[in-house]
Formats: sequence, structure tokens, C-alpha cells
Amino acid sequence: MKATAAIAINVFRESVRDKVLYNLVLFAILMIGASYILGQLTAGQDVKIIKDLGLSAMSVFGLFIAVFIGIGLVSKEVERRSVYSLLPKPIHRYQLVLGKYAGLALTLFVNMTIMTLAFYAVLFYTAWGIDPVVQRAWDAPALDPALLKAVGLILIELLLVTAIALFFSTFSTPILSAAMAFGLFIVGHFSTDLRNFDQVVDSPAAIRLARGLYWVLPNLGQFDVKTQVVHGQPVPAGYVALTAGYAALYTAMLLTLAVVVFSRRDFK
Amino acid sequence: MSAALATFDLTKDYSIGFWRKRPYRALDRLTLEVRQGEVFGFLGPNGAGKTTTMKLLMQLVFPTGGRAEILGRPLGDLAVKRRIGYLPENPYFYDYLTAEELLMYFGALFGYDAADRRRRAGRLLDQLGIAGERRLQLRKFSKGMLQRVGIAQALLNDPDVVIFDEPMSGLDPLGRRDVRALILGLRDRGCTVFFSSHVLSDAEALCSRVAILARGRLVASGGLDEMLAFEASGWELVVAMARGTPSVGPGIRRIVPIGGGRYSLELPLDPPPERLLGELAAAGAKLISLNPIRPTLEDLFVEQVTSQAAQAGRL
Repeated sequence: MKATAAIAINVFRESVRDKVLYNLVLFAILMIGASYILGQLTAGQDVKIIKDLGLSAMSVFGLFIAVFIGIGLVSKEVERRSVYSLLPKPIHRYQLVLGKYAGLALTLFVNMTIMTLAFYAVLFYTAWGIDPVVQRAWDAPALDPALLKAVGLILIELLLVTAIALFFSTFSTPILSAAMAFGLFIVGHFSTDLRNFDQVVDSPAAIRLARGLYWVLPNLGQFDVKTQVVHGQPVPAGYVALTAGYAALYTAMLLTLAVVVFSRRDFK
Repeated sequence: MSAALATFDLTKDYSIGFWRKRPYRALDRLTLEVRQGEVFGFLGPNGAGKTTTMKLLMQLVFPTGGRAEILGRPLGDLAVKRRIGYLPENPYFYDYLTAEELLMYFGALFGYDAADRRRRAGRLLDQLGIAGERRLQLRKFSKGMLQRVGIAQALLNDPDVVIFDEPMSGLDPLGRRDVRALILGLRDRGCTVFFSSHVLSDAEALCSRVAILARGRLVASGGLDEMLAFEASGWELVVAMARGTPSVGPGIRRIVPIGGGRYSLELPLDPPPERLLGELAAAGAKLISLNPIRPTLEDLFVEQVTSQAAQAGRL
């Protein structure tokens, strides 16, 4: 456990030293710039757009971190040969895989926490001085706690994407891993279309293939509750828990596969 | 005394080729024993299988056949890994870390507490002569300095068995002298050192026993004394002459001028050199040195490796 934690902390340190958290500056500039420009719109509309923009930016920024760091977690160790001095230490190979994953999860969590704080700060500023009577007419309050549900699901989705990137990085090149991870991210957001493939196609073979893919590929569309939250529609806690459970199961499966592949690999 | 390290028919095949994969035997049924407390040299030309053997011992690659033990236990045993130090060939470390941070990180993998890690890191950086650069990021380190960091990380746990893959690589003469002293120091405290090298003079100076590997096969192994205990084949005489030059005669095979009025004379074993020495002294020559000509480790190495290559060519 101690060794896994040490590996995780080292991944976090690498992210910080490689200036990964500089994306926060970009996020802050985007949010402040948007709030300034959107200030010209009707009060209430700008809050909605900022919420939508903020959540989307968190998702995109997080996705880039999850994929681009995730694909290098293991492959970089192998390419740069640092694995040669790491694996002979008294650790199991699975600890290296899990430690790497935990380290990037920590990076994403810290990144997301800071972005969320900045997000709420901008929302607070946008709603500042607006008559409470006007505010009550909005779909949802500016500082709506339900936003945290959307943020939480984005983070959980990113943890799943990290596991996808890490899995590919245990046996593939970084470029191929990135292509596969982005590909799965995009397909994962359209998996509902795969389920309903029979409504647009007649071929039984194509329908069976689409159904098969629907069950195998990650269903990432269910993590996206931005529209509901922004428009003040309820997102039940049960739904969040079930989605988190699905992500945990899928992530555990990917990490198990990553461990199996990595444990058998020769480092020539 | 039990073996510190032993391999039994250890074999490794790789697949080579992109479309049509074909097997390539990197190591062929290697059976080897390294005794506890000895310095053992693992020699061979490039591509002989030295690094493959070391990677097999470290479980960086898995054997196609055979097995190996370290300290009487199968490979991969965490309790044994705690007692091993390994320096890979041309080591690379996380370049965003400083030398001290790297050692602190690796110390955490051994489960040492922070104070213990700091103490061990400080002692080793000092011992390897890089204490002044402890807070410098490794990306700013030269190859030789990285090699020293590599040695430091291999010794972090005060290991009982040390496996060094080309420890002298990238080091300047002073660095090589330091590492030679370090290896002898390890031997003196009872540590077993198994190291590969291209530098035969290092092996000759440090090892009690060596093994020579060529094309994945063990071609010779044993104590240096036994392997090199051949009869002298002649004498090498160095003399200085104020004027004139010695000439090849019945008692002199070859004369090589070495500058400053000095000459190296190769003499046959018979007749004994005493009479010739008297004649040279009478001609005004001054004796500098007289040594028997014996085969060196380099001679043995070249002989074994070329005979293995010739055999492989005939097959």
C-alpha cells in the first residue's frame, strides 16, 4: 500500500512539475472572459450560458489531461527505460499500474476541485447585485449545489477515461493509445444510438453487431447531466449512485485487464 | 556456502521481424553459479546475452525455459528483492526529480520512513561524489553523473547481492577508479557483486571469477587464476640504451622501440634471459623491467569469442 501511494504521489508531482495544472489559468481566463462578454445578455441567460460553458470546459480540459497523461503513464516508463530501475524494487507489477492510476486520479481531482471553486466564484460574480426577485425567476439559482452533481459525474467519467487510456498504454504506443482513448470517448457518447440501431437499419447482422458494441463499449452519455442541471431539472441521487457504480465496475475491469497485460509483458 | 545467484538452463527467445516473426535465441541454456561474497565478472561482446541475463534475473523479461534463483529463493520473491540492488545499462531516471528526491522516492518503495530515507540518500550521494548536486534536477546531469545516481539507487537498501550492468559505462577515469574502489568495498563487507563489463582490465582487477558469454552461450567460466594459469610463453624485457640499438639475434624474437631510448624486447622462454642480460649490460644497456609473457584475460576473451563465432559460422 505504501509503495502504491509513493508511486501515486510521484505521478502527481510529475504532473505539477510538467506544468499540467497550468490549464487552470486557461480555464480561469475563459470563465472570466465569458462572464465579461456575456454580461451584455439578459440577466439569467448569461448565468445559464456560463454554467454550460464552465461544465463543458471542465469536461474538455479534464479529458485532455486524462488522455494525454493517461497514455503516457506506463508507456513513458517503458520508452524511457525508467521501468528498469523501478520494477526491481520490492514491488509487484500491479502496484505500479494501480499507483500510476491513483496518481492521475489525484491530479484530476485537484484540478477539478480548483476549477469548481473558480466556476462558483465566477457564477457568484455574475449574479452579484441582481435583484433576488429576478433571481428567483431563473430556472436554477446561480450557486446551485446541483452543479456539484454534474461536476462529480464529469470527474467519474474522467476517471473511467483515464482507465481506458492507461489500459491501452500498457501494450500500445502513445499515439495509438490516444487515438483509441479519444475514439472510445466519442463512441461512448453515442452508445445510445447503437442501442437504437434497429430503428434505422434493417440488416439483422448489423443490428446484432451494434447491440454487441452497445454492451461492450462504455456508455459515457449517462455521465452528461449538464443540460438537466443548467435548466434546473432534478438529477436523482439514485441515478448518480447507479452511474458511479457502473463507472466503478467498468474502471475495475479495465484496471484488471491492464494489470494482466502489464504483468506478462517483457521489457526488452 | 550456498549460491548467491544461480541459473539453471536459463533460456530466452525473442521474436524478431515485423511481418514474418521468427524466433531469435538471446540466451541459450545458461547454467551459472555466483557464490556469496564474491565479485563475479560477466563478460562478452555486444549482443552476447549479458543484459538479457540480468533482465531475466530482475524479471524485466521472463524466461522461455530454465529457471534462476537469488539467495536460494525463486525470482520475484519480495523478501529477496529487498536484498538486491540493480543498476541497469545506461540508466534513465525521472528527469523532473532531483537526485535526492529520486532516492527518497525509491526509499519509499522499500518502506523506509522519511528520516531513514534522507539519511541513506545523503550518505550515498556523498559516497558517490554527487552530494553537491543533490538538489539539481536529473535532466541537468551528465551521463557519468547519471551513472553515479544509478549506482546510488542500487545501493539504497544496503543489498546483499548487487547486479551491475556495465557499471563503468559513461564514467571518466576518475569515476572508474571510484567505482572499482566501491565494488571492492562492497566485497569487503560481504556483498556479492555480479557485474557485466566490456572493460576486461576492470574484470581482471576486480573479479575472483568470470564467465564469458558469446552469442547467448556460455563459452568459459571459472576462477581467473585457473583460467589464466598458463605457462609463460616467453619474456618481455625493457631496456634503455644511451647509444646504439639492440639487434635481433638468436635470443631476441622481436624489438619494439618505445621512445626515449627505450626498447621492448620479446625473448623466447629458452634459452633463459640471464646470458642476454649480461651481453646487453656490457653493451651499455640499462635494465628497466623483465616480465614473463602470459595470456591476459583479453587474449582468453578474444580466443573464446572468435572460436565460438567460427563454430557458429560452420553450423
